[in-house]
Amino acid sequence: MNTAMKARTVKRHLRQGVKNIFRNGWMTVASIGAVTVTLLLVAAFLAVILNLSHMADKVENDVELKVLIDVTANADQIQELGNEIEKLDKVDSVVFSSKEDELNQLIKSMGEEGKSWKLFKQDNPLNPAYTVKAKNPQDTEPLAKQIEDLPHVHQVNYGKDVVNKLFDFLKYARVVGLILIVGLVFTAIFLISNTIKLTIMARSREIGIMKLVGATNGFIRWPFFIEGFLLGVLGSAIPIAVLMTGYHYLLKYVIQKVNLPFFELLPFNPFAWELSLLVLAIGAVIGVWGSVMSVRKFLKV
Amino acid sequence: MITMKDISKTYSNGVTALSGINVNIDQGEFVYIVGPSGAGKSSFIRLIYREVKPTSGQIVVANKDLSKLKERKVPYLRRDIGVVFQDFKLLPKLTIYENIAFAMEVIEQSPRIIRKRVMEVLELVDLKNKARSLPHELSGGEQQRVSIARAIVNHPKIVIADEPTGNLDPDTSWEIMRVFEEINSRGTTLIMATHSKEIVNTIKHRVIAIESGRIVRDEYRGEYGYEG
Ligand SMILES: Nc1ncnc2c1ncn2[C@@H]1O[C@H](COP(=O)(O)OP(=O)(O)O)[C@@H](O)[C@H]1O
Ligand SMILES: [Mg+2]
Repeated sequence: MNTAMKARTVKRHLRQGVKNIFRNGWMTVASIGAVTVTLLLVAAFLAVILNLSHMADKVENDVELKVLIDVTANADQIQELGNEIEKLDKVDSVVFSSKEDELNQLIKSMGEEGKSWKLFKQDNPLNPAYTVKAKNPQDTEPLAKQIEDLPHVHQVNYGKDVVNKLFDFLKYARVVGLILIVGLVFTAIFLISNTIKLTIMARSREIGIMKLVGATNGFIRWPFFIEGFLLGVLGSAIPIAVLMTGYHYLLKYVIQKVNLPFFELLPFNPFAWELSLLVLAIGAVIGVWGSVMSVRKFLKV
Repeated sequence: MITMKDISKTYSNGVTALSGINVNIDQGEFVYIVGPSGAGKSSFIRLIYREVKPTSGQIVVANKDLSKLKERKVPYLRRDIGVVFQDFKLLPKLTIYENIAFAMEVIEQSPRIIRKRVMEVLELVDLKNKARSLPHELSGGEQQRVSIARAIVNHPKIVIADEPTGNLDPDTSWEIMRVFEEINSRGTTLIMATHSKEIVNTIKHRVIAIESGRIVRDEYRGEYGYEG
């Protein structure tokens, strides 16, 4: 626009845009439906990917190693192993926990279900362990290799294994998800641009007259941009509602059932809000994009 | 107000509608464009408000060189020109009042000015009592007057009419000519393509005759010069 738009002009464009939405009936419903389906998938996909990435990040920055000690090792040997580990360059701290400590920790982490583990108090199957912290996260993997070779070490557990598997999955999921979403986004854009094409056809006379009495191109285009914007925003309403309630219940119920060390979901606030905002923005962009396309193609102003 | 230098127009289908057009029309003139069908009258008129661009030559309208005029400036050129169409081009779902107000909303006039001015032009074309009617409730002559009202509502410097009386009965035609005379007497340049011998020979003005895309006659207070 050459000059700042006057308030009454903004009002006029909004009124026209809303009118167009109602005028197009089923095409409007179809476009909003397409945006809705697209955004539902976008929201689900992003919720999964972002949470997995979050977990992966967390594990990656986890500098802890768990060194399980052979059950056959005696107290001296355990002590000696501890000293040797402490002598390694990359080690920051070493903390011992007996097999009883390990069991108590396990029972505690399992909550209600953990109670059945109390039966094992007499005949504890767990290994005593050292929890070792590396000085920096990058050293976790080589350090694990070093410790594995020490005597009386049964096994060294650390996050990297899980992370690598998670990353493999993420890579795969991202590609599949993105292809799906890009396809859906374009379908939605296509439907919206067709809906707006209908408006443009219905209004070709009006547009012609507007041009002849000196309406600027911007003035003619605005109602169509608003129509597209509204289609996109309306299409994001259901996905946002589903996302908000869905994530709320996910956090409330699922998180209590799953008790893996790295399983931690992003908190509702701000994650669900931010994702909703993103979904809204994607909806708006799809809508405006669709209208820009049809305005360019069918409105040679 | 309007100057054409060596204008020619060849359409994309190869038809040359105008060639070697040199003309100067001053502010406040009233000009009839006459000539047989297909002579190039409508093409001549469409050049003025930049509906078509010339193939060669220079055209200046209201101090704007149209060959140098940027696409986004065209709307501002058109605000200086009111166009009256043979087929009226009214919006069927809007009332007479709304049809005229529409032309003012488009250029973002204030509602207060719109109300005042629309009633003013409806008065001028003698249709104040039809303000709330829809176009299809009006006769052809009345609809043509509405399209005139819309053409002049934004105080254009130039009013162009392409065969405005083509389909109207003589009485209505004279009524429309009265309105044009009135607008012209207030200083608006008026250009009108017509086939009406009676009008041209009765209300004397400058006559530009076009045949096969060339100006063959240009006379002040001229005659129609064709039969029928
Ligand atoms: N848009 C167009 N495309 C191609 N040829 C056209 C177009 N408009 C007019 N013509 C041709 O140009 C010539 C002049 O037409 P026009 O300017 O409409 O004459 P008039 O208005 O005097 O009848 C005619 O031969 C007509 O067929
Ligand atoms: Mg013609």
